[in-house]
Amino acid sequence: MPTIHFLTPDGQAIDLQAQDGLSVMEVAVASNVPGIDADCGGACACATCHVYIDESWADRLPAKTELEIKMLEFAAMVEPTSRLSCRLVVGPDTDGLVMRIPASQH
Amino acid sequence: MDAGIVVVGAGQAACQLVASLRQLGYAGALTVVGAESHLPYQRPPLSKGCLQGSTVLADILLRSASFYESIRCQLLLGRRVEALDIARKVVRLDDGQVLPYEQLVLATGARARRWPGLPEGPLPVFTLRTWDDALALGERLAQVRRLAVLGAGYVGLEVAASATRRGVEVSVFEGAPRVMQRSVGAQTSALVERLHKQHGVQLHLGATIHAVDVAGAAAQDAVQLDTAAGCFGADGLVVGIGAEPRTELAKQAGLLCGHAIRIDASCRTSNPDVFAIGDCAEQALQADAEPTRLESVQNAIDQGKCAAAALTGKPLPPAPVPWFWSDQFGHRIQVAGRPAPNDDAVLRSTPEKPFAQAVWYLRDNRVVAVEAVDAPEDFMAARQLIRTAQCIDRARLANPDVALRSLITPP
Repeated sequence: MPTIHFLTPDGQAIDLQAQDGLSVMEVAVASNVPGIDADCGGACACATCHVYIDESWADRLPAKTELEIKMLEFAAMVEPTSRLSCRLVVGPDTDGLVMRIPASQH
Repeated sequence: MDAGIVVVGAGQAACQLVASLRQLGYAGALTVVGAESHLPYQRPPLSKGCLQGSTVLADILLRSASFYESIRCQLLLGRRVEALDIARKVVRLDDGQVLPYEQLVLATGARARRWPGLPEGPLPVFTLRTWDDALALGERLAQVRRLAVLGAGYVGLEVAASATRRGVEVSVFEGAPRVMQRSVGAQTSALVERLHKQHGVQLHLGATIHAVDVAGAAAQDAVQLDTAAGCFGADGLVVGIGAEPRTELAKQAGLLCGHAIRIDASCRTSNPDVFAIGDCAEQALQADAEPTRLESVQNAIDQGKCAAAALTGKPLPPAPVPWFWSDQFGHRIQVAGRPAPNDDAVLRSTPEKPFAQAVWYLRDNRVVAVEAVDAPEDFMAARQLIRTAQCIDRARLANPDVALRSLITPP
């Protein structure tokens, strides 16, 4: 099982064993990780599952779809490595993935 | 054991509440009583993917069963709370069990409004509120040829789109002169009407229904609508005319209710130990404003978080910007904010994209709301600007050649 590393805004590290095929958002929500709200349940309608991918990982993930790009363009506190975690699927290639959670989704 | 927090209702608001309570460090007992026998699930897909026949309940669960164990939340599902005694601080369940509480949260939701006068029993008449409703309607859609839908709100139109995609001939009857009148402005209604007409949905707007007659479930043309424009036969009927908040427990206990359960900014009812959240509650969005009941996932989630903060003595989260979304015929409608009748509606659209547009609403040149169809960047940008009540240049906003980015970040 791949491991996903989350860093909360207050610096706490949360490491989760993630099942292949789930989205990173689903993994976080299932473990009640604070700060990943996922209001729309994964429909890419709300941008409240926003995360910052660690720079060492930013180029190793599949490219954003047009919808994800548009949802992120004006999201709160966007950075160059911002992604919507409902769009990131867990698999062998994501073992060890590191991300930070924004201080707020709004 | 301490009585802890008891939650009545097991929908989106209840699920968010218990998750947030544990995130905020609440360590006491936590019990959720839900009338449906299913684990809490998402309702938005019920009128979307679920009617296409490919969804199973597991796909739309909000959390797995193990989640509730992991946060030490007891779920009493398939059980109803029959009585609330705020003097003794107990609720009584349908099997007679009495549950004491230190604090109670009413998350009882709403029920689909029914068409008056329809007989009881197995009928080709459906409302859509629960997973069981969606399952029954989905099965029926495999058999019907012609479906009539009463009401052109979010539910009615999403059902119309889903049924059309399954090859069913759909007619929508709406008393208002335009679709989604309660939810969006005229320019957005016009686009949604074009979309449905293009896909073959028959829209009967400004319709007057004199009577609905229903024969047995098996009969062809079992539903007869007697309208001001003539009779109309169908072999299935979906009633999508809104929902009524479930306020019985609150009213019986003497809690202050208007149309719904009245709550303050911290989601507290007129009794200090009883809170209410989600579709069953009404709250003033600003001080001095009329109490409003918002039926949305966003409101359920934000009130769940707000009540959790109040219950744990944490600072309340900032007032959220209301938002909604809908998917129809592969197009996405996203709405943020609450426009008032006199707000200035500014349309952003281009002829190249006939089914994409955004209507921005300005009040004193400040952004107060947006309705975006296939325009997620407008929705996202406006959501931020509504929060900050930012001024915007109306003429430039109305010009689709001016990039959004240059509008919202001063040069």
